[in-house]
Amino acid sequence: MNGSSSKYNPFGAVKAKISPLGDLAVMVQFGETIEQATYERVRQLSNYLERFPFVGMVEYVPSFLSVTVYYDPYALIGETILSDAQEIVGPYELAAKRVEEILAKLEASGDQQPRIVEIPVCYGGEFGPDLPEVAAYHNLSEQEVIDIHSSADYLVYMLGFAPGFAYLGGLPESIATPRRQTPRLSIPAGTVGIAGDQTGVYPIATPGGWQLIGRTTEALFLPSQMPPTRLRAGDIVRFRPISRAEYDSREAAPS
Amino acid sequence: MNLVILKPGLLTTVQDLGRYGVQKYGVIVGGAMDAFALRIANLLVGNGENDAGLEITMLGPEIYFPEAALIAIGGGDLSPVLNGRQVPAWRTVYVPEGSRLQFGRMKLGCRAYLAVAGGLDVPVRMNSRSTYLRAGIGGHEGRVLQAGDRLPIGEPSSIGRHLADLLAGEARGDEPAIGRWSVSPELLPAYAANPTLQAIAGQEQDLFDNEAISRFYQEDYSVRTESDRMGYRLSGGELRLATKRELISSAVTFGTVQVPPDGQPIVLMADRQTTGGYPRIAQVASVDLPLLAQTPLGGRIRFRAVSLEEAQKQYLVREKGIRVLRSGLEQLQTNRNGKVRTNGER
Repeated sequence: MNGSSSKYNPFGAVKAKISPLGDLAVMVQFGETIEQATYERVRQLSNYLERFPFVGMVEYVPSFLSVTVYYDPYALIGETILSDAQEIVGPYELAAKRVEEILAKLEASGDQQPRIVEIPVCYGGEFGPDLPEVAAYHNLSEQEVIDIHSSADYLVYMLGFAPGFAYLGGLPESIATPRRQTPRLSIPAGTVGIAGDQTGVYPIATPGGWQLIGRTTEALFLPSQMPPTRLRAGDIVRFRPISRAEYDSREAAPS
Repeated sequence: MNLVILKPGLLTTVQDLGRYGVQKYGVIVGGAMDAFALRIANLLVGNGENDAGLEITMLGPEIYFPEAALIAIGGGDLSPVLNGRQVPAWRTVYVPEGSRLQFGRMKLGCRAYLAVAGGLDVPVRMNSRSTYLRAGIGGHEGRVLQAGDRLPIGEPSSIGRHLADLLAGEARGDEPAIGRWSVSPELLPAYAANPTLQAIAGQEQDLFDNEAISRFYQEDYSVRTESDRMGYRLSGGELRLATKRELISSAVTFGTVQVPPDGQPIVLMADRQTTGGYPRIAQVASVDLPLLAQTPLGGRIRFRAVSLEEAQKQYLVREKGIRVLRSGLEQLQTNRNGKVRTNGER
């Protein structure tokens, strides 16, 4: 249930730690630090579970280092009664076993190319009130900050914090900027910000302390669609600078 | 068919069992705080367990039924009264047309659940009818109910219709008719203002010093007034980390007890975020989540350590009990005269 009862399984070059999150979920952790190789395992397991959920699985939640799989103990036990009745184990052990079986299969499975999602951003001006501050902080011009921000590839590690909010990895260190001293009470949906070594887009209006550098017309949270978000874990995001005129015409056009 | 909200109460929302399958997109589960109570109330009116009902918080609403309906109320005891007569909890109740349902004093627990045969037929958004207040989505127009709201009621199931037929003949004037069948008392959670909750060791229990762990399981923690559907903020003995470590966000769930730097634990509830980065000292056993959800503001909580195996065993026992109740109610339909008594324990 904690470090002492969890175990590491050999899994390619990376080991996976399997442990319970409460009595309805099992957590599969692939490493201790955020890195691409660890995330590759998170992505592979997520892709597999998306296509081949096991009986009794409710849903899965990927994060930086781990995938958490929620299960219905009753449905899992029901399956054992039918398939391997002689083996009497608890629901957690069964869920962990299902996950281990999947991990073994993953090694052989081929890789998939990530989806590339382009997000058009109108930088600076009223949409990016903190762009001058970010530029000054790094002794750069505003245009240099825009060029650096829009030339990197960002990996969507996970979605959380707010519906459709993507935790992006890959912000160039040269524009990493601390949060604002005083958070703003409301930041409009679509605002692009920087906080420390993270960058992201606010999917819905929320309070926040990020440095605001621009805004996109792209809706990131789409509650009437399935999936309800523009971005998904594992995507690669590229920001493309657009003019105010293009922003306005995109805003006016039905997407 | 509709029901009409005459007075909204403090915080009345449409809820089902929550929004599953979209946590990976950062969308919260939400749903009934006391999911058990909604499931049982639904079963008593022949609904599917996941049908939408009303979650009624502390100060109840006043509701008008323009047409006859079949209802059940479960969860906390908020003194429900129909046309001036007390409504028993955990029973099937036939409501004559033109009835008025009111609530009174909060006697036990703090959330009541109203199920109506056919369920509340609000639009399904992202796999669920539950109200996601922060995003203004789901339920009735994505918000808490207001006076004048009319909520559409869906088509009752064949069991719901049969139970209504059994009781319709017994209703006299504006007096409700109560089903003779009832729920086994052993199946019902022991709601209390100051409950003891079983808890499993959390993912980061090892990061806390021994004093913090023994304190967590020995002292009372009271529910602060800033608590809401997202989390219960507790106050009590400070929980210190033995080793300070920056954690990397990962999944959290209903009942996760996380400890922010001030050392005062927060238990995550129905509207919890999908992921979190505070150390998790414990996880409330799923069978005890109804007790937690019914603990009123100011209530005192005590935690008791339980093994994962024991927590899952209790979970399976409860699920089995719910299925027995369900099949008992289904059998009422096949018994023509409806004279069958079931206590859910057949």
